[in-house]
Amino acid sequence: MASEFSYPDSAAKAAAGAQAAPAEFQTEKMSLSMGPSHPSTHGVLRLQMELDGEILTKADPVVGYLHRGDEKIAENMTYNQFVPYTDRLDYLAPLANNMAYAIAVERLAKLEVPARCQAIRVLTAEMARISAHLMGLGAFALDVGAWSVLLYALEEREKLYKLFEELTGARFTTSYTRIGGVTRDVPEGWLARTNAFCDQFLPILEEMLKLLTRNKIFMDRTVGVGVISKADALAYGLTGPNLRGSGVGLDLRKDKPYSGYEQYEFDVPVGTKGDCYDRYLVRGEEMRQSVRIIRQVIGKFPDGPWYATDAKRIFAPPKDKVMSSMEELIQNFMIVTEGPQIPAGEVYFEAENPKGILGFFIVSKGGGVPYRLKIRSPSFCNLSILPKVCVGNLISDVVSILGSLDFVMGECDR
Amino acid sequence: MATGTPLERKPLTFAERTYVPQILSGLKTTWQHLVRPKETLEYPEQRPAIPPGYRGVPTLVKDPHGREKCVSCQLCEFVCPPKAIRITPGEIAPDAPTGHVEKAPKEFEIDMLRCIYCGMCQEVCPEEAIFLQNQFSMTGYTREEMVNNKARLYELGGTLPDDHFKWDKKLEAEKHGNAH
Repeated sequence: MASEFSYPDSAAKAAAGAQAAPAEFQTEKMSLSMGPSHPSTHGVLRLQMELDGEILTKADPVVGYLHRGDEKIAENMTYNQFVPYTDRLDYLAPLANNMAYAIAVERLAKLEVPARCQAIRVLTAEMARISAHLMGLGAFALDVGAWSVLLYALEEREKLYKLFEELTGARFTTSYTRIGGVTRDVPEGWLARTNAFCDQFLPILEEMLKLLTRNKIFMDRTVGVGVISKADALAYGLTGPNLRGSGVGLDLRKDKPYSGYEQYEFDVPVGTKGDCYDRYLVRGEEMRQSVRIIRQVIGKFPDGPWYATDAKRIFAPPKDKVMSSMEELIQNFMIVTEGPQIPAGEVYFEAENPKGILGFFIVSKGGGVPYRLKIRSPSFCNLSILPKVCVGNLISDVVSILGSLDFVMGECDR
Repeated sequence: MATGTPLERKPLTFAERTYVPQILSGLKTTWQHLVRPKETLEYPEQRPAIPPGYRGVPTLVKDPHGREKCVSCQLCEFVCPPKAIRITPGEIAPDAPTGHVEKAPKEFEIDMLRCIYCGMCQEVCPEEAIFLQNQFSMTGYTREEMVNNKARLYELGGTLPDDHFKWDKKLEAEKHGNAH
């Protein structure tokens, strides 16, 4: 395990800084608002800061600018109709959200999906992870002044989006899963093209990381900046790469495997110091591990049905049956108008998404509409540490910290 | 909890601290990218290739005999998550060639300012009458222009092949007295 941290905590650093300045240079504190439309706040986060010179003495994140009331909306529509709304949570990895939501409802219905469906979901979730980390990495590098990395990252992400487009029909808002399956099977030759993407992606990833990992300017901006100790990370409920950057090896894909993750071999990278640089390293390594998982999934891609064929009251029948048989036609009408029939009960399911742990808590009173749906969004919980980690840092370091936390406001405000 | 694999962090060597190797390798990378094939397109002169199954603008289609397929069951109107579809059902005159179908939409409107291109209307349609096709770009100057009415939807949709001819089969069965 990693060695313990030796960095002084932020509050002590702030106090030391304040004492060091001679009396004649003491100035009034200034309050400054960063966001909600600031390029480094990645969306609509507003940071209400109190500054002593250039050093932060207080930082209050103000969230809610993108609040759409998704949890309430969910109560007014059937389980399947809510799938497009899950796209718009973490909109950088919609496929992973779709999967987490579908599995949550399936757990409530005690429904097992076939192996092929599980494999498709794992495959798409890992591709979504790569695309989300590419964006996170590119934006982080851009925030600390490295332009090219973003451009190269977007180029790779474009290739992934072409694959998503072919599979789901849309590049961004995929709405790919349905309760009990997915909307369509993988197209002919798509797996081979995904494999080919992995082959060409790895060298480009290495090239991209090479621009940053041993770069003195990048390291000066990130090493020792925004240190989150192991205890703090756990206390504030951080998850995902931010928690692993602080040295806690929590990864639900390993610890509580779902959708067949237990069959695949991969490492869980953890950081040693918990600074911005560690969070960067973790994301870089996770992309390599995702490629490893994708290759394993494709290597043993199971045959068989790609949706739960026995769940007649949950997954709609195939289209040609609907067109030719009265029974299936009625079944189709029932599932659409009444919703997939889910028994009464409660479920909490969480999945390891690119940003952290995305949880869905669903209360059902039976029928096709959830009685209550609660979303535990990783970005919201990850941002809770901002008041602690920003204090005592320079204002330019706040940009590094925000970039390294890699949040999405669509999910935070939901 | 999994233990995790700690990531290695080596301190910078003297050469790396001078920043010279990093500049050189960075320049090498950018020069390599300069001669790589371009990923960008000069839109709108060049258009991206649209894969089959793409979810573009929703349209209504006719069968190969030019008959309208929609029977205004209003299932798409019901399922549409943003409620972008509005249908007014109408009757088909009993003496018309398709009189046995009984219903067809009098009005059919899709508000493209609300549509989220999720494709659920196509997925649930029991008549294969509504399809999201290749067109991905819709523009207009007014809100009214962005509402596609029935005529516009059929114009956008055109004709698609039909594997079933469901209503012809039904008429045939009725003639032989074994409908349903």
